[in-house]
Amino acid sequence: MKKWKYLTMTAVVGSALFLAACGSNEETGDKETETNTATNTGSETTNEEAALLTGSVSGDGSSTVAPITEALVEIYFDEQPEVKVSAGVSGTGGGFEKFIAGETDFSNASRPIKDEEKAALEEAGIDYTEFKIANDGLTVVVNPENTWATDLTVEQLKEIWIEDGTDKKWSDIDPSWPAEEIVYYSPGTDSGTYDYFDEVILDGEDLESSAQLSEDDNVLVQGVAGDKNAIGFFGYAYYLENTDKLTAVKVNGVEPNNETIETNEYSPLSRPLFVYVNNAKVKENEAFYNFMEFTLNNAGDMAEEVGYVRLPDEMYQEGLKTLEGLK
Amino acid sequence: MRYIDDSVVMKRMKTRLNRNKGWKALFLTGTLFALLCLVILLVRIVTQGVGYLDWDFITNFASRRPENAGIKAALVGSIYMMCIIAPVSMILGVATAIYLEEYAKKNKINDFIRMNISNLAGVPSIVFGLLGLTIFVRALALGKSLLAAGFTMSLLILPVIIVAAQEAIRAVPQEQREASYGMGATKWQTITRVVLPAAIPGILTGSILALSRAIGETAPLVVIGIPVILRFLPDGLLSEFTALPMQIYDWAKRPQEEFLYVASAGIIVLMLFLVIMNSIAIFIRNKFSKRY
Repeated sequence: MKKWKYLTMTAVVGSALFLAACGSNEETGDKETETNTATNTGSETTNEEAALLTGSVSGDGSSTVAPITEALVEIYFDEQPEVKVSAGVSGTGGGFEKFIAGETDFSNASRPIKDEEKAALEEAGIDYTEFKIANDGLTVVVNPENTWATDLTVEQLKEIWIEDGTDKKWSDIDPSWPAEEIVYYSPGTDSGTYDYFDEVILDGEDLESSAQLSEDDNVLVQGVAGDKNAIGFFGYAYYLENTDKLTAVKVNGVEPNNETIETNEYSPLSRPLFVYVNNAKVKENEAFYNFMEFTLNNAGDMAEEVGYVRLPDEMYQEGLKTLEGLK
Repeated sequence: MRYIDDSVVMKRMKTRLNRNKGWKALFLTGTLFALLCLVILLVRIVTQGVGYLDWDFITNFASRRPENAGIKAALVGSIYMMCIIAPVSMILGVATAIYLEEYAKKNKINDFIRMNISNLAGVPSIVFGLLGLTIFVRALALGKSLLAAGFTMSLLILPVIIVAAQEAIRAVPQEQREASYGMGATKWQTITRVVLPAAIPGILTGSILALSRAIGETAPLVVIGIPVILRFLPDGLLSEFTALPMQIYDWAKRPQEEFLYVASAGIIVLMLFLVIMNSIAIFIRNKFSKRY
């Protein structure tokens, strides 16, 4: 008897799930349109009268940029439902690997392309163009109970983060600070966030070896939130969601916020987020060109919606001009 | 003459009983600990995710807003992928097991093959991902498609299925085979009509455990480069797709706390999916085991 109940229950749930999976496309499409008109009205949409395109666009890359791409893909669906856009989240480095292999049309990156990646692209005969789509402030954070290290200079950041073979205490940086050991949290070495920090702060030196690395930035948030002596860094969006648990460190006296990041006053840690496109594919794939045009028109709004900072409008216009030149 | 000294027995009885109790308590704690972990996990996931689990969650695509986020693409992708993995891995696995158990001679080469299959079962899944990327995605140019992912996952669970099927076939008593031969049946007739029906419950149990593993694996999919962001359903074997564990992994990494709850809702869907698969297997198994 019991067995029968179990079976019927699972059968019902099973068929429900299966039917749901086969549910109609139009239904969800309509609903999305409703929820999205509000965000769309503000931005220019150049292709309103354009015919429906078909084709597919595929990309990969930074998980930092991914939320922006996801938002763009979501609203692009309302305009061109027949264009199949897909994007992975293999990290900036992993994304470039696929871009070099010619497997993707575009590659998201949270740092500029490296020289060896440029060389590999040249060798593969792939011409590419770089577009900036948003700004992110790489935010250094400490525990709220940490009242001493809330305003650091770049020099002090270097002193804290560069491996010098000793176990560093806060008092080693400034004698007036507590003589307690510093606990480090950093993004994983395959992430563009790590690379960017490496370039502007570490200057090629090794990162403190006791640092706990994680590809999941939420782990870093939890780590710093749970230890009075901890220091960590990650994208601004993660700080924004956890302002009650973390204190953002001012860098050279400048606090990271939308304004300071947009105007690049929060230097050197405000960084642009990039999309790299394969020139040949822009030329031959009309759907891809259309998607990139849409991206540059809407990236600012979408970036803000998911926790990043928009670029000045001129930069998007400039990007659109460059894109037109590729066609 | 007395063989048993009652007083000695009585004296030791207490310690023996106590020892028994001690071991029993240990085993019970072991069981309860596992159960407790499961309950805590389930309660946590369900309380976090249940608020986001509704019809829209199943029929919507992923979204930048947690309240609109849905799992449609991933769920359909996982179901399609299962439709490739199940036949490919079971046909290949059972065929290999039949060959190794019924046809292959006992010699060094076959022993070597057997040993290697058992070893393969312990290879980390990420290695299979690299294999899939090199062979299926790049060499055979299948791309990041359903077919490439399905084949990679099939390879991943193949050793487990082979080993389980071998055990099941070996457990069929030799007398049954001999009786069949005695009636004049050929080897093939014996295998299809005597050995396989008797071995099916065992084969299915092993296969289902293996398939459940395939549905929850993330690492090989990450290595192959399966996309997470897409708003279309696969329309063929070479179509791109996304799968449940990829989608859950992506949500769990988001900065917004709400997405963690969405991830929990995704985990509930994944678990329901597993429960359904396992129930189907139990149903088939019971049906077959009644016949023998």
